[in-house]
Amino acid sequence: MAEKINQTQNFLKGIVKDNPVFVMLLGMCPTLGVTSSAFNGLGMGVATMFVLLMSNIVVSLVKTQIPSKVRIPAFIIIIASFVTIVEMVLEAFIPFLYEQLGIFIPLIVVNCLILGRAEAYASKNNILSSIIDALGMGLGFVIALTALGAIREILGSGSIFEFKFVPEDANTFILFILPPGAFIALAYLTVLFNKISIKTT
Amino acid sequence: MKKKKDTFINMVVSLFAITIIAGFSLGFVNELTVGPIEKGKIERKVNALKQVLPEFDNNPVEEVQLISSEIAKDSVEVYPAFKDNEFVGAAVIGSTEKGFSGLIKIMVGFKPDGTIQNIEVLEQKETPGLGTKMKDDKFIAQYRGKNPSTFNVMPTKDQGDIDALTGATITTRAFGEAVQMAYDEFMKNNSSLTTLKN
Repeated sequence: MAEKINQTQNFLKGIVKDNPVFVMLLGMCPTLGVTSSAFNGLGMGVATMFVLLMSNIVVSLVKTQIPSKVRIPAFIIIIASFVTIVEMVLEAFIPFLYEQLGIFIPLIVVNCLILGRAEAYASKNNILSSIIDALGMGLGFVIALTALGAIREILGSGSIFEFKFVPEDANTFILFILPPGAFIALAYLTVLFNKISIKTT
Repeated sequence: MKKKKDTFINMVVSLFAITIIAGFSLGFVNELTVGPIEKGKIERKVNALKQVLPEFDNNPVEEVQLISSEIAKDSVEVYPAFKDNEFVGAAVIGSTEKGFSGLIKIMVGFKPDGTIQNIEVLEQKETPGLGTKMKDDKFIAQYRGKNPSTFNVMPTKDQGDIDALTGATITTRAFGEAVQMAYDEFMKNNSSLTTLKN
């Protein structure tokens, strides 16, 4: 790499300019599926961030050894291995989180955010840049999922991180916990996010 | 380093190498985690038994009875509990495939006369935040101390006595079915269980 990449810029782009959820709209399946509470969103975000980091590191290391015609299957094998490792480790050592996320963990494999970063970034850049890219993108994903989960939890169950602030029998907008609420909340958050980020840049 | 050419041999070799490495590392992690996963499953079962049964002094896990059933596809597990060689109740695994996202597996603890002592959810895939509320104490408390012979375990929508979970009627219905199934199995085998002595 001849030109020097501004690593701060590289890190921040994942959070603001190219936020995977609000700007690039990648990885919509787990975004909409698991964010019924802030904690679920956070757990899914962290698991995805870990897989993204590991796959970016490995892809960046082996990029010269993979013929370009078979790069996609090779990337998928790498990603799927890490997802399976995450799943086994979660089940063995953090069973309660595993129970919560359950079926959505295997779905990290098909999260296009991870394959997207492997293809678009890690396979073209050195290992340090790839790590920083993964951290930035991963953090952007974590923030987005936690924010979406928090908003849906506040409106839908009247609580935040399982802490209830309305009476037990209060009527809440159950719609926001149901799948349609995920789309509605995501749409409004995306509008808000883009409005703010366009103004500031 | 230069990028590898797209020759047939190169493609086969690189994919082969990646799958081999992936396979071995997965096997290695599996070795590490298979123990804790098994242990956790047994621990959860023992904890669930302690939750749903009256006080007991035998080891129900070892004395599990497998009863073939027409309702469930699998045989039904019944865990008898004894205290001072007296039958004090049994935990029955009730299951249904009719949950909102498939399988729901619960453990129902019965007193000898069929009264429900307590219920624990073992496995479920319901919608987080909606169907998963069936694990909440508030919901399960509706079943405690009730005898399904006089108490309808289905939600009020189906002329039952249970207040359905908001937004999760299907889950509630499936839960009721699983309880009913556990009760039926328990009553069918009640006589043979009571004579069973430690």
